[in-house]
Amino acid sequence: MSGMAATRDGYGKALLELAEDDRVVVLEADLGKSTKSQLFRKAHPERTISCGIGEQNMLLTAAGLAASGYVPFASTFAIFTERAFEQMRNGVARPGLRVHLCGSHGGTHTGTDGSSAQSIEDLAIYRTLPGVTVMHPADEVSTRLLTKQLVDHPSPSYTRTARNKTPLLYEGREDEVIIGKGIVHSEGADVGIVACGVMVSKALEAAEALANEGIHATVVDMHTIKPLDGALIDAIVERCGCLVTAEDHSVIGGLGGAVAEHLAANTPAPLERVGVPDRFGESAEAEEMLEIMGLTVQDVANAAKRAMARR
Amino acid sequence: MKGPPTALLGMSHDIAMLEERARRCRVDIVRMVHRAQAGHPGGSLSEIDLLVALYGTVLNVRPNEPSWPDRDRFVLSKGHASPGMYALLADFGFISHEDLTTYRVKGGVCQGHVDMKWCPGVDFSAGSLGMGLSFGLGCALAARLDGSQRKAWVMMGDGEVQEGSVWEAAMAAHHHSVGNLKAIVDVNGIQNDDFCEVQMQLNDLAATWASFGWSVTTVDGHNMADIVEALAKVDAVNDRPAVLLASTVKGKGVSYMENNPAFHGAAPNDDQFETAMVELGEVAA
Ligand SMILES: Cc1ncc(C[n+]2csc(CCOP(=O)(O)OP(=O)(O)O)c2C)c(N)n1
Ligand SMILES: [Mg+2]
Repeated sequence: MSGMAATRDGYGKALLELAEDDRVVVLEADLGKSTKSQLFRKAHPERTISCGIGEQNMLLTAAGLAASGYVPFASTFAIFTERAFEQMRNGVARPGLRVHLCGSHGGTHTGTDGSSAQSIEDLAIYRTLPGVTVMHPADEVSTRLLTKQLVDHPSPSYTRTARNKTPLLYEGREDEVIIGKGIVHSEGADVGIVACGVMVSKALEAAEALANEGIHATVVDMHTIKPLDGALIDAIVERCGCLVTAEDHSVIGGLGGAVAEHLAANTPAPLERVGVPDRFGESAEAEEMLEIMGLTVQDVANAAKRAMARR
Repeated sequence: MKGPPTALLGMSHDIAMLEERARRCRVDIVRMVHRAQAGHPGGSLSEIDLLVALYGTVLNVRPNEPSWPDRDRFVLSKGHASPGMYALLADFGFISHEDLTTYRVKGGVCQGHVDMKWCPGVDFSAGSLGMGLSFGLGCALAARLDGSQRKAWVMMGDGEVQEGSVWEAAMAAHHHSVGNLKAIVDVNGIQNDDFCEVQMQLNDLAATWASFGWSVTTVDGHNMADIVEALAKVDAVNDRPAVLLASTVKGKGVSYMENNPAFHGAAPNDDQFETAMVELGEVAA
């Protein structure tokens, strides 16, 4: 791990790099400084559309642009994208318009702003929309690469980024970052740990701790929650026979939910879900939030042992 | 146990006393944000004169019985401006000054955004803009159903009124002739990223509210005597909803924060903090 950076910065940088494609337009709802779309706005004001504090307006303006041949990237905080959920459902997903929505400041790791700003359900709700790709990258590099791939992606998408810095994981491993493909970090045979976002680096630390106890984990960064890399899940089940999911998101409906559905429909195996335990967040520093919610390295390691015991 | 309504405290409309309260609250606002090294000073400093006048001369509430069912409701719809609300609640005795040190701290009553589940005297869990006016409408309709004279007051930002939901509530409040619903818009000209003029022009707010059937009053949001008079006028309207459009300065009282979008959501550093304490008359220069 070399250094730290925020995934939202990766989003901003990607927009800037995409600017040479003149189909690309950027939409903001008065949070461009925070989501980092302002990098694009500063360089290309003529292709940036300020929607005021009006998320519903932003989503359907984006839909109109998409229907007219543009490739719109719209962003606000993850929580405020939810204000426009039905616009996303009926006006974007249903007609299959290629609008790319980014929700920054996702999860409880967002910190002291408190529960009103901490989206813990975004991955779950967007995952229910037919044909919508849902991603939650772990580091700045993968966020930049995945966002860039969206420009030619055949469907609408939702990407969650985070406010605070997380360890850089993919410098020099850029080739491995592909929409829809989980990234394998280790290939231990005792337990599979499938994580997304801030929890990927926690899972890697948990795997190290487990290794000291002679337990060898397969760790996967499942940055794409939908479509889920089912073949990879099957391979982990085959190798390890049990799994843990880890996400800064409700245990209901997100990565844990997606993996549970896959296991139920394919090869049932014991699954322990590490995530926000069906409650709202509160104000606390980012790492304190992970402690309050049971999302620490230790929580992941404990879950791995529980999963193994159920095998 | 029941104390006098706070409005009685200001019955003499002692303007100097209200101004001194507002000054003390400004000091607390800057302290809170400085201590947390996060939060929203700009919109707290712009709203505070209005809040102090409202609690000091109009609202029928009981600091020692914050959940008194027949109290007037106050909804801070621009819930990020929570330091202003907390400073006010402490100054009027709803919470302690010790509580102010919990702003944005784990387990504290002073959550990042005002939250009715965490803080006594807070009537709505805010933080998502554009929600408070509808909530206030519901509170006002409930009062009507109860046969109560209580009122609901809602404080919004000028950026906030860009949300479409505000206008759904505005239309409905007029449709139902909700005379006990009062709105205040803190017109400070700045939102999150930049000036409103840059982000989304508001056009003629007075004409817009009037066209929705509301009684419209305007005031200089930092002239205490004018505010007290304007609030009384808005309070007296009872045949339709009424709004007070207050011209304010974002960051009012701290020179480097005034009219500066950078201090919408940023904390002062130690030097800036010292400067603010001097400018607010808390320590000698
Ligand atoms: C629905 C929603 N969208 C976006 C935000 C993020 N946000 C917080 S404060 C703010 C600007 C508010 O400006 P204004 O209403 O003028 O408040 P004030 O100037 O009084 O601080 C924004 C965009 C939010 N809290 N809620
Ligand atoms: Mg404003």
